[in-house]
Amino acid sequence: MATFNFELSTLPPEAEALRDEVRTFLKQELAQFRPEERARSWGGFNRDFSRRMGERGWIGMTWPKKYGGHERTALERYVVLEETLAAGAPVSAHWVADRQSGPLLLRFGTEEQRQRFLPRIARGEFAFAIGMSEPDSGSDLASVRTRAEKVAGGYKVNGTKIWTSNAHLSDYAIALFRTKVVPDKKHEGLSQFLVDLKSPGISIRPIIDLAGGHHFNEVHFQDCLVPDDMLVGKDGEGWKQVTTELGFERSGPERYLSSLQLVIELIREAGKEPPERAAALIGHFTAHLVTLRQMSLSIATMLQAGQNPNLEAAVMKDIGTTFEQEIPEAVHALTGAEPRIGSGTEFEKTLGYLVQHAPSFSLRGGTREVLRGIIARGLGLR
Amino acid sequence: MNELQTILAETCTRLFTDHATTAVLEGAEKGEWPAALWQALEENGLTLPQVPEARGGAGGSWNDAFVVLMAAGRFAAPVPLAETILAGSILAEAGLDAPLGPMTVAPAHIDEGLALARQGGGWALTGRATRVPWGARAEHVVVVADGGGAPMIALVTAGTAKIEADASLAREPRDTLTWSGAPVVAAAPLRGRLGRQPVWAGGALVRSAQMAGGLEFLLAQSVKYVTERKQFGRPLAAFQAIQQNLALLAGHTAAAGMAAQQAFHIVERTGEGGDASFEIAVAKVRTGEAASLGAGIAHQAHGAIGFTYEHSLHFVTRRLWSWRAEFGAENHWSVALGRQVAARGAESLWPHMTER
Repeated sequence: MATFNFELSTLPPEAEALRDEVRTFLKQELAQFRPEERARSWGGFNRDFSRRMGERGWIGMTWPKKYGGHERTALERYVVLEETLAAGAPVSAHWVADRQSGPLLLRFGTEEQRQRFLPRIARGEFAFAIGMSEPDSGSDLASVRTRAEKVAGGYKVNGTKIWTSNAHLSDYAIALFRTKVVPDKKHEGLSQFLVDLKSPGISIRPIIDLAGGHHFNEVHFQDCLVPDDMLVGKDGEGWKQVTTELGFERSGPERYLSSLQLVIELIREAGKEPPERAAALIGHFTAHLVTLRQMSLSIATMLQAGQNPNLEAAVMKDIGTTFEQEIPEAVHALTGAEPRIGSGTEFEKTLGYLVQHAPSFSLRGGTREVLRGIIARGLGLR
Repeated sequence: MNELQTILAETCTRLFTDHATTAVLEGAEKGEWPAALWQALEENGLTLPQVPEARGGAGGSWNDAFVVLMAAGRFAAPVPLAETILAGSILAEAGLDAPLGPMTVAPAHIDEGLALARQGGGWALTGRATRVPWGARAEHVVVVADGGGAPMIALVTAGTAKIEADASLAREPRDTLTWSGAPVVAAAPLRGRLGRQPVWAGGALVRSAQMAGGLEFLLAQSVKYVTERKQFGRPLAAFQAIQQNLALLAGHTAAAGMAAQQAFHIVERTGEGGDASFEIAVAKVRTGEAASLGAGIAHQAHGAIGFTYEHSLHFVTRRLWSWRAEFGAENHWSVALGRQVAARGAESLWPHMTER
């Protein structure tokens, strides 16, 4: 029998019905967007855009209405996700909260936390960051050392988080701290907290990426008091919670669409009757895009049905990110076009953006090596 | 898969486990016909799974055919099952009855053409077709031929052709058939869901399912081998380099299965005159690419033993190397696909992907 459970799935009519509505909205919103801007994919941060998405009910779509959600299906949400990504909309101001922080609070948060945060996330008003990695804890996340020490009224936090995307633009972060040191048991004694990024004792320093962009930060905590009511879930249960949270981010359409804009620009550049080599590359890209979309859709359908397709999600992310990373290299090999910044054609600038950003595709949300380790475990090799 | 397809898959697994043994595979490479295997396939209605009962088939769907062909690929079944399934459906789509027994299709290459001419009240077939799979073994051949300016489907008995025998890498027959005014059993104007080139497109379709099945075998066999084989005092599976490679094989296997499954689904959903050429091209490109990478990884994981005739890995890898080139290799279908996409224009790529 097959090793995997990738069933074909077709989106139900209510999900398909949303597609035109989303496309019409995005067409107006992004009328002035250039291809290079669209290539930023889920990197673009625009609070006004996120608020308008919230007004349409497209954030927190699956959450209960009593928390400001819209009680729609995961497949309806999938259509909104894939359409915004395919259009290259600037989703970053609500992306993390919609995908991870909100679902985490729904699962593990207190009733008071849900009422306080979820409605404003769903309105596109609260932007979230994720405080996981530290200077000495990257792939080995369980080795985090930032301490949250129990004091009267809360926890006193000391330490440093790193690679914290959009911390300088966001309102809150959900961070993983060590509340207890258990010798030789690094997975124990971890806890998750909601952190108000404007709190005293927090300083945020930019880390500029290789392309000159600022989304990464180093977030330093010095005797920062996090109140008791900001603990998420149980004290000491942080590892279990955080692995659940990472599962939320593994299999979505963002794992194969990051370079879609360059495929579109290549087709435009090649014209209606492309030479053979260009046609072959466009065909190769199309074959992969179509297949990856089916796999991603299949996983979304399993999630909707309450199944737990962890192995399938890891497999899809591995081949999806490998594919989106391959695109700028293959376009370079075909065209020899110079990747450009600032000047040049839209094709050259889109290539310039993606050549520089592609290395991150197989790092973010867990490196390729960690992911393949997860797949190997699923295959029974470890 | 629905419940019936799960049962179908189990039936296939059982049947091939019993009848597509290593001894049978080795015998087939020496030219022995696996009669018991073929008989079991026919008795279980697996040779014409999606042909309507009224036309001699089992009355199932193309999705059923996918399940059967995946299994056939997984077991490297040394019979013209894919060819018979394709031939039967081309006949049925054209309104002709499918006979029992092994069949094949011709011409197997897009550059070759056959011609039908009126002869008395019927038709006579003339022309040469190379690399016809199982050409000398099949009892009937379903051909696409030009019938005086209009494309026709015709059924001929195998004895009507002059045969030059040849073989594929997997020692499966790939014969040249030459007809010179041969009488045909039945003929009808070409129609059906596989389009204007049903042998070429349908051949690519069935090969994609066989390759997806072959990759499933490579993955399962590689996992088994690295778990059992020990070096440096521990199983090969304990080495990260091995784990990483097999994870990659898993990804390509999953993608191949998805692409092929999708193509069969669209062919099933597409009625007569529909067009599944987009998904068929996707499937042949994706499974072909996966076959290349997958065969390499599986052999690397198996080391020297996998390179021997004694080990059964090669029954599948040699088929993958042969199948990926048949009925259009990746380069053929990716160019066709790329031209189709380019003609629709850059802005239509995403809308087209989502409306299928």
